[in-house]
Amino acid sequence: MPKQSPVPDELTKYFWNAANEERLVIQNCTACNRLIHPPRQACDKCNSGNNLEWKQMSGRGKIYNYGVVYDCPIRLLQDDQPFNVAVVMLDEDQGIQMYSHLPGTPVDNVPIGATVEVIFESTPSGQKVPEWRVTG
Amino acid sequence: MTTQNAPDSIYRAREELGIWEHRGKVAAVGVGHSPTARRWDGKAETSVGALAIDALRKAIEDAGVSPDKIDGLVMDSTTTTGAPWPAGDPIPQDVVNHFNPTDDPLDGIAKLSAEWIIKNMPELKNVKFTMYGPGCMSNAVVVAAQAVGDGLTSNCLVLKGWHNYSGRYYQGGENSQDSIPGTRAISGLWGTPASYGTALQFAEYCRRYGKTHDMMAPAMIQWKKNGLNFPEGFWYQHRPEEMTREDYVSARWVAKPANLYDNDIPIMVAGAYLFTTAELAKDMKQKPVYILNHASSRGRARSLTPTLDEIQDETASTGRKLFEGAGITVNDLSFENMYDGFALFHQFHLEGLGFRGIKFGEALDFYQTDISPEGPNPISPSGGNVGSGRSRFWMHTDCIQQLQGRAGARAVTGVKPEIGISGGPMPMGGNFTVWSATPD
Repeated sequence: MPKQSPVPDELTKYFWNAANEERLVIQNCTACNRLIHPPRQACDKCNSGNNLEWKQMSGRGKIYNYGVVYDCPIRLLQDDQPFNVAVVMLDEDQGIQMYSHLPGTPVDNVPIGATVEVIFESTPSGQKVPEWRVTG
Repeated sequence: MTTQNAPDSIYRAREELGIWEHRGKVAAVGVGHSPTARRWDGKAETSVGALAIDALRKAIEDAGVSPDKIDGLVMDSTTTTGAPWPAGDPIPQDVVNHFNPTDDPLDGIAKLSAEWIIKNMPELKNVKFTMYGPGCMSNAVVVAAQAVGDGLTSNCLVLKGWHNYSGRYYQGGENSQDSIPGTRAISGLWGTPASYGTALQFAEYCRRYGKTHDMMAPAMIQWKKNGLNFPEGFWYQHRPEEMTREDYVSARWVAKPANLYDNDIPIMVAGAYLFTTAELAKDMKQKPVYILNHASSRGRARSLTPTLDEIQDETASTGRKLFEGAGITVNDLSFENMYDGFALFHQFHLEGLGFRGIKFGEALDFYQTDISPEGPNPISPSGGNVGSGRSRFWMHTDCIQQLQGRAGARAVTGVKPEIGISGGPMPMGGNFTVWSATPD
């Protein structure tokens, strides 16, 4: 599924650069020892932006929920609808969610609770993006 | 004139604030709506600016107030969520110049500023207070209520306008591009429609409580029916057809389990109210409807989208804030008009309130009972956005009209309409108002 190509910006460049290296990183507040995703300018618990770092993740998680998109607002994805959009929760912190099209999983046949691992797909610009694949 | 967004201090966003200091001292006394349309036809007379002026003048007329007595205007300056002015399209100068323009040529066409309103309503010669309650009429309502209570304005207009153009909603702008800004891509890359988050919560709800999507059908049919008794609304004016169960359950999916009818239809419309002090309201044309409290939800999801647990915690907190500040309990509610822009989240608002004793997981069962305006448990007697199109203000209008005895064929008759609640948009993130037929 050809996706739009993310253009890294100041807030997210570390995330997207790590994706190009096929590493999944999530923002972390070292003062609160709390993962943050989506990335923010400041920790949502202590409100400080002084203790933010990027932390390497294992790339493993579980499927928490999913929907099936039949009417997508993004032009590039419309030829592929309907498609799954699942919510993955990371093993490191089940409060951290990532979206996925779950490549390889049939549409509307998503196994809630299944384990998944991160993979990286290229977008047309060459920028890689994290996706997830069911492992069990 | 420079109009600012309301400061955070205006909003009652925490619990344990006690009774609202202006409880019963602010009243709604005028209601006005423009005609509706599906899309803009490009004419000045039907632009969102023109609709806004029409709604404001009707609200003033409805209240029986001389325009020179109006000293305040609270409004939302945005007039869309998914129909930006198409990049590269020429701005119609004939429309711009039909009015007294501001420095922004899209003012009155794709947005609305207080400055534009004042420039184009010369009768409003004494407006000294203007403020934005951004994003929603629900926001403007609570800002205006607090402003009148605080004495910042005595006769305050409250306004929300919506525009819609040709083409598919949300499919222009960034969504039509090959690239996407990095921050936006974190969640936007996967092509989820606006109702996706709500669809997820509903899916989780159905799994947790053993419910199914088709259990929504009786409520949807009733709300569409209520909307067909709302002369100001889109379906009444343009396509007065009742919804059948088959219509609903066979409708195409948008973000399964949210189908077409679970998403509100974008329209052109403007709505306006006039708020005043309880003291001044005594001499106005319509029966005053008093505001007992307003409350705001400022909860944030931990991550990309709220989970069902987060939604339930937040809606329950909203309920506690509303009842505490109004000095009432849920048993005092005659009816509720919480938002339904995505129909599948109305139940979360309902359960958070504990309306008629409904607990988490019970709302869909409740929808199988009599929730009509004529019955003992009126749920969304306005019909909301389901019944009348995307305005986010039918719920407020209906609360005012029900408590004034002006709801016509929609009138709540199964219980005596004394106190109602409205607000939104989201279960996590919105502004809510408690309305009353009496000040105490």
